[in-house]
Amino acid sequence: MKKLVMFLVVLALIVVPFAGCGPQAQQPPAETEKPANTAQPAETAAQEPDTEEPVSKEDVKIGVILIHDENSGYDAAHITGIREAAKATGIDEATQIIWKYNIPEDETCYDTAIDLVEQGCKYIFSDSFGHQSYMQQAAEENPDVTFVAMTGDTAKLSGLPNFKNAFNFTFESRYVSGVVAGMKLAELIEQGKVTDKNKDEKGNIKVGYVGAYPYAEVVSGYTGFYLGIKSIVPNVVMDVQYTNSWYDPTMEAEAAKALVSSGCIIIGQHADSTGAPSACEAMLESGTTVYCVGYNIDMLKVAPKAALTSAQNDWSVYYTFALNCIINGEEIPTDWAKGYSEGAVKISALGESCAPGTAEKVAEVEEALKNGTLHVFDTSKFTVNGEKVTSAMAIDTDGDFVPDSEEAIKDGIFYESTIRSAPYFSLRIDGIRELNAG
Amino acid sequence: MSQHTKVPLMRIVKRESISFWRASLIRLIGLILALAASAIVIYAIVKLNPLNVYVAMFDGNFGTEKRTWVTLRDMVMLLCIGVGLAPAFKMRFWNIGAEGQILVGGIATAAVMIYLRTALPTWAMLLVSFAVSCAAGAVWGLLPAVFKARFGTNETLFTLMMNYVAIQLTSYCVALWENPFGSNTVGIINQQTKAGWFPSLFGQQYLLNVIIVLVLTVLMFIYLRYTKQGYEIAVVGESERTARYVGIHVKTVIIRTMMISGAICGLAGFIAVAGSSHTISTSTAGGSGFTAIIVAWLAKFNTFTMIAVAALLVFLEKGAIQIASQYNMNDFASKMVTGIILFFILGSEFFTNYRLVFRGVKEAH
Repeated sequence: MKKLVMFLVVLALIVVPFAGCGPQAQQPPAETEKPANTAQPAETAAQEPDTEEPVSKEDVKIGVILIHDENSGYDAAHITGIREAAKATGIDEATQIIWKYNIPEDETCYDTAIDLVEQGCKYIFSDSFGHQSYMQQAAEENPDVTFVAMTGDTAKLSGLPNFKNAFNFTFESRYVSGVVAGMKLAELIEQGKVTDKNKDEKGNIKVGYVGAYPYAEVVSGYTGFYLGIKSIVPNVVMDVQYTNSWYDPTMEAEAAKALVSSGCIIIGQHADSTGAPSACEAMLESGTTVYCVGYNIDMLKVAPKAALTSAQNDWSVYYTFALNCIINGEEIPTDWAKGYSEGAVKISALGESCAPGTAEKVAEVEEALKNGTLHVFDTSKFTVNGEKVTSAMAIDTDGDFVPDSEEAIKDGIFYESTIRSAPYFSLRIDGIRELNAG
Repeated sequence: MSQHTKVPLMRIVKRESISFWRASLIRLIGLILALAASAIVIYAIVKLNPLNVYVAMFDGNFGTEKRTWVTLRDMVMLLCIGVGLAPAFKMRFWNIGAEGQILVGGIATAAVMIYLRTALPTWAMLLVSFAVSCAAGAVWGLLPAVFKARFGTNETLFTLMMNYVAIQLTSYCVALWENPFGSNTVGIINQQTKAGWFPSLFGQQYLLNVIIVLVLTVLMFIYLRYTKQGYEIAVVGESERTARYVGIHVKTVIIRTMMISGAICGLAGFIAVAGSSHTISTSTAGGSGFTAIIVAWLAKFNTFTMIAVAALLVFLEKGAIQIASQYNMNDFASKMVTGIILFFILGSEFFTNYRLVFRGVKEAH
């Protein structure tokens, strides 16, 4: 501290008041002078496309707001999706797409969105849930620009015609990744590797899940994963440990270790880092039987033995659809969500540890999801407080976070992501225990 | 045996005084060298035309009218905190707790926006927010000041620790007010009604921010330069013993000054929440409480000079962001440019105070 203080004192001593001199003095006049010159053409440029003629393909400009950069698996999936979509639709990535990396979920997002509008973007995409309210704000103030908050949930309720949401049926790929885990679990039972330590007092086998936050997107995902396992091995229970962060390698690793030490033999995750799989690989190498299923990133690089597969999104399906809408002058739908039927979700390549016959089983389940003979949230497959669920609301309209409108269950099926794109399955079903829900 | 003493090749000699033009020349040379050095780095690493990069930096700040206003908004934010730190630092009270004082001011404002949104009209909410945010900041400044005055505790550590308390308090409030549930963010408060938001003046969203801070800058200049209290601060800062000898009540001055300092930083939190972000998070202060220390020191507590320093720092930051976006680099490359420019500007301040004398060159007195 003393050093810091001394440094500051020295700093102060060598500084003479600037009062109106040298380099600094050149800044303020610049403020008043230049903007007047540069703002003019920008303004007229922004007004020209207002006229209702369809934007030509070469002129359309697209802004992309990303919460991290290509080093994060989640963002890398979006970046790849947009690049592929641009290639497929003939939009020049270098000149027509403006990328904004590392934009936090705070007012910076609003500033960034406004800045993209000023640069002439007519369509702006943001990739993280927390960007949503800032995107909505920008949408309200710029009615001639379309804003898409990916994974968001308020587009429909906002009533803004230029504010959109989109998502994938991620619960489907989670279900399939659960099937992969279930196959492995069945193999482990056969090999006698499931011990009493891995079972609860009723003899159910324990699996674990590292979740980010206790809200619908995560709940929907882990329930899908759990039901996938259960479809192969009926006597399983699952513990969910939240990290309260989307990306925190250390916390995710710690959560995985805690779950494994309590007996969990399979670890799933809904968080963006490689923390949990790395931890599982280390534990497997030191003799504990544990396997894991990742999300977004192919985990085989960090956990070649422990990783089975990862549930993945193929965002290029949506982005290609959206860019085609833009080129053809059609409106982007307020909500868009698709799954296996359109190829929007998938699982990554199966790891070497997967049980024999897994690939065939996966193909069978994927086909059933595609042709609609299998539904993930079939109410005959789960119970809440010991009873079958016959009614569940999807949308919260009054802001108390309790869904109060639009029935989601029809003919015994809970239809996820059809009333709006963002997941709304938030039932806590029997067999799943949240260890640290706020 | 010769009595030869070895003269070093180069010595550093303090300047007695320096003319305005000479100082300006040194600073100009500093800036040119900074741009040249950055140009070399830019070309060597990313193979871009440096001139285009500088144009991009300018564009990032003033390229459009909105950008100019955002630049202004961020500049006055930094300026406001610098103005808040000025009296404390002039008193040689190392208040590095601006970050926490901003946060508690922000929490107070957000609380008013959330709990009184239906009870009061916006103008009344703004007045209440103004008052409670200043009060919250003042309390955050008062605590370390009282301990310093009464028990002689180290204010650097105390104010630093108060930052962490404020950050935890903010996390708690974010969890309390989170929207939607489970998302761990507060989102935009009163998005539909805009209750408790700064109104647009003459169609400009951020004009009120600029006006408040400029008024504050002028008032603080007058307070420090022309009032009895301002003089007391200067005397306490120079020497506590002298202050006691001439009958200044040192404890009172310390406590009073820190309350003012904390209150202005709390006010900065009010401007940040009600006037710009309309949300609260642990990133609301975003490190500007520390950056403002540089502003206050470089300007030597002259609040008008602070305008130029704050402008420079914000210019560099916005420029870096623009370079990163325009040339598809990550921010680290562009932050190097910022670092180089700052280094040379600090360096030129050294040469306005000292000069180099080389061996064999006759010293002219």
